[in-house]
Amino acid sequence: MSSATQTTNRRDVLGTSALRPDGAAKVQGRFEFSSDLHAENMLWGATLRSPHPYARIVSIDLSAAYKITGVEAIITAEDVPGKKTYGLISSDQPVFAQDFVRYVGEPIAAVAADHPETCRRALAAIKVEYEVLEPLTDAAQAINPSTPSIHPDGNIIRRQQIITGDQNLEGEIIVEGTYEVGMQDQAFLGLEAALALPESGGNGIEMYVATQWLHEDQKQIAACLDLPCEKVRLTLGGVGGAFGAREDISLQVHCALLALRTSRPIKMQYGREESFYGHVHRHPAKIFIRHHATRSGEIQRIEAKLVFDGGAYASTSSAVLINGVTHIQGPYRCPNATIDGYAVRTNNPPCGAMRGFGVVQACYAHESQMDKLAVACGLSPVEIRLRNAMVTGDKLITGQVIESVAPVARCIRETDAIAMPAPLARTAHPLEIVGGSGLTSLPHNIVRGVGWGVSIKNLMYSETFDDFATARCQLKDGVATLKYATVEVGQGFVVLAPQIARSVLGVDEVILDTVDTGIGSAGSTSASRQTWMSGGAVDGACRLVRQRLFEHVGKKYNIDPLRLAIEDTDVVDMIGDFRISVTEASTGVLIDETHEHHHRPTEELDENGQGNCHVAFAFVAHRAVVDVDVELGLVKVIQIATAQDVGRVLNPTAALGQIEGGIAQGLGLAVMEEIVLDNGKMRNPSFTDYLLPTALDAPTVVAVMIEEPEPQAPLGAKGIGEPPCISVTPAIAAAIRNATGKELPRVPIRPQDICF
Amino acid sequence: MNVNSEIYSLSVNGKMHEVRDSWVGESLLYVLRERFNLPGTKGACEQGECGSCTVIIDGQAVCSCLVMAATAIDSDIRTVESISADGTLTEVQDAFVTEGGVQCGFCTPGLVVAIEHLLSQNSDPSEIEVKEAISGNICRCTGYGRIFEAVDKAVSVRKANKT
Repeated sequence: MSSATQTTNRRDVLGTSALRPDGAAKVQGRFEFSSDLHAENMLWGATLRSPHPYARIVSIDLSAAYKITGVEAIITAEDVPGKKTYGLISSDQPVFAQDFVRYVGEPIAAVAADHPETCRRALAAIKVEYEVLEPLTDAAQAINPSTPSIHPDGNIIRRQQIITGDQNLEGEIIVEGTYEVGMQDQAFLGLEAALALPESGGNGIEMYVATQWLHEDQKQIAACLDLPCEKVRLTLGGVGGAFGAREDISLQVHCALLALRTSRPIKMQYGREESFYGHVHRHPAKIFIRHHATRSGEIQRIEAKLVFDGGAYASTSSAVLINGVTHIQGPYRCPNATIDGYAVRTNNPPCGAMRGFGVVQACYAHESQMDKLAVACGLSPVEIRLRNAMVTGDKLITGQVIESVAPVARCIRETDAIAMPAPLARTAHPLEIVGGSGLTSLPHNIVRGVGWGVSIKNLMYSETFDDFATARCQLKDGVATLKYATVEVGQGFVVLAPQIARSVLGVDEVILDTVDTGIGSAGSTSASRQTWMSGGAVDGACRLVRQRLFEHVGKKYNIDPLRLAIEDTDVVDMIGDFRISVTEASTGVLIDETHEHHHRPTEELDENGQGNCHVAFAFVAHRAVVDVDVELGLVKVIQIATAQDVGRVLNPTAALGQIEGGIAQGLGLAVMEEIVLDNGKMRNPSFTDYLLPTALDAPTVVAVMIEEPEPQAPLGAKGIGEPPCISVTPAIAAAIRNATGKELPRVPIRPQDICF
Repeated sequence: MNVNSEIYSLSVNGKMHEVRDSWVGESLLYVLRERFNLPGTKGACEQGECGSCTVIIDGQAVCSCLVMAATAIDSDIRTVESISADGTLTEVQDAFVTEGGVQCGFCTPGLVVAIEHLLSQNSDPSEIEVKEAISGNICRCTGYGRIFEAVDKAVSVRKANKT
């Protein structure tokens, strides 16, 4: 596609800020989210959950609940016809607790009734007798072999070491620290919801569900229902954000079981409090690191011990751990490493995927260390990072060579070149001052600080997982129709896919078919992978169609198809005068092609943590400017400057939206967001007590997108979803340290951490 | 639910809607969504913290999750569905789409209602007035940058259209 000719006729091809096709419906309230679905004769479903972090279930008495008018069914573990457990990597989580409950909020039973209030009363009438047990809530304790197992699979979900190079090297400069990251919630706004429609006879089910990965849900649901996969048909219900929290099953199996039991449609949706209990969270982690460096600041060796608290069930903990240990060096060269990582089981809420997936925790630790190293070597935060910045061809501590484009130094330099914000004006509006409208901060207590964070993030799934994506393209009469199971959670694949088709095929009109399990898997909308993987699948399917179109035109007009190309909306002969519109060329023919995109194979890590376990990497730098009221411990993030390695910008507005949105979530982890646990119980499962960044907390974001097309990526574009939220957290923490002089080894940083 | 209660009526978007056989504790949010088939108003926190359920009651922007429906009998209730009833996007709605203010879109109806309400009171708000006006509407996707941009664009388009 020649872009120079498009100045007068801008089509919504790759590289333009094409508009979301779902935008108009969303601004009018017409877009149908999962929670908006209804069916004739529908019942409501609801879940009974454990009030204890660890207990033995002595008995469950449903008799009183059954007496409530309007209650149609109550199900427990006994009513699960197939597999009694589920899980993404290992199937260790019960559909309903049978003998033990292992976390507060674990499902025990589900009811179907005529009204949500009837459901609530029925749940209250179920009598469960427990023998309460002493919970295991300390992750460090879980590693101790003498601690009794809380699950048949044991308390250690995975241990992974990385041992490479000189194990005894001592640097001229040694800095160390122990860093902690609290439990963050994804806090998507569109609560968990699904509608299940039973097939008459109970031999199958149709579900509309908000998820991240239809085919994985299908597989897990079918196993629990003891139905073949093809009898469990899933269609994507509108998804109100995900950020990792919808990668695991939540209410899907319960909803399907109730529908099969009652032979009626069932709608389930969580409230906000239940949502906190009903999905996995970001792993809290404790990380010790020691850096050895030369006097001039060159990193020679790292030692680290990482402990990730996986909570009661495994979810993706083993993969999160691998990301943690393999990214602990950061985007810096390091020839020698001694790393020991654990993901453990406790009676805390289960943890799994959240944007950044194990790298967020590692990055907070390694970036905190880089600042300590800078001080010890007498260098600036920028100099220490530039001195160690990795480049393409460098070898990671796993032995894997970085083949991706790796513009780490450029990310740092371009971030550094962004203008600093103006100093706090004497005339500033109270809402622009730390402390906000309460006029709590006195100007002489406000100190400005600047801090840095730089990160490396793997893209796609790792360790031999073939997370391929499938797409189908049909072309007829100048209209392309795309079919795929790629989940739109808000990230914008819904706009990217037609852009790809327009660029490849020269069409203007692109129809998006229903997103369902009626085609092969697209893999999960996670791991910054859909632009690369599903984008690759759509691109591949469109290219196959284009080839067939050229063959058709070539035959019809007696031209060698190899001479044909798409120019704007025409098929043209590259070395002749022939030109015909794509619409005319495709009139009366139906070309239909399906393509699977696979990334290159990866390897498992061996016992020394060696192996080419990751597919590709992306990089980003963040610089934070904060105002801190050092007396009251209040923080306002003023500006985030960032330069991100994106490969190629496919939709500038959508890309910027990912960057700004990720930064807000990283800001949340830095200074606001934490699920507070007290002996396994959540203290703040609500938006009143779990604080999220608002419009007044949003900093000014100045973003540079570094375009160095990635040769491995089908469209030259790297995934951009996760990097924005990774190093912004340590950058903000560093800025607060810069303002206060405190060590601040834990995020989120609370007022009491600053004042006392 | 098998509960007998008085029948009451609510005026929503200029039309009277009757509520029968309801549980008295039903929130306005529930009644709008589940009884009146007006699902544009969204529920995300049930505590008046996130603004997804923002509606206009007698000229005030209100979280409908905090209003017991039966108490709103004498009020004029306006929901997102009333904003572009003829299907034509307003300047605010259009700017949300063109400037990237929409990602997952779950917070969007509440934000559109809140911003339309702001602009009806103040046609040229300052940056800080915009931030304050929507600080009760949580967006988890965008980080708000494109939403601020959308408000700026809507304000300038409205100005241009008036001259």
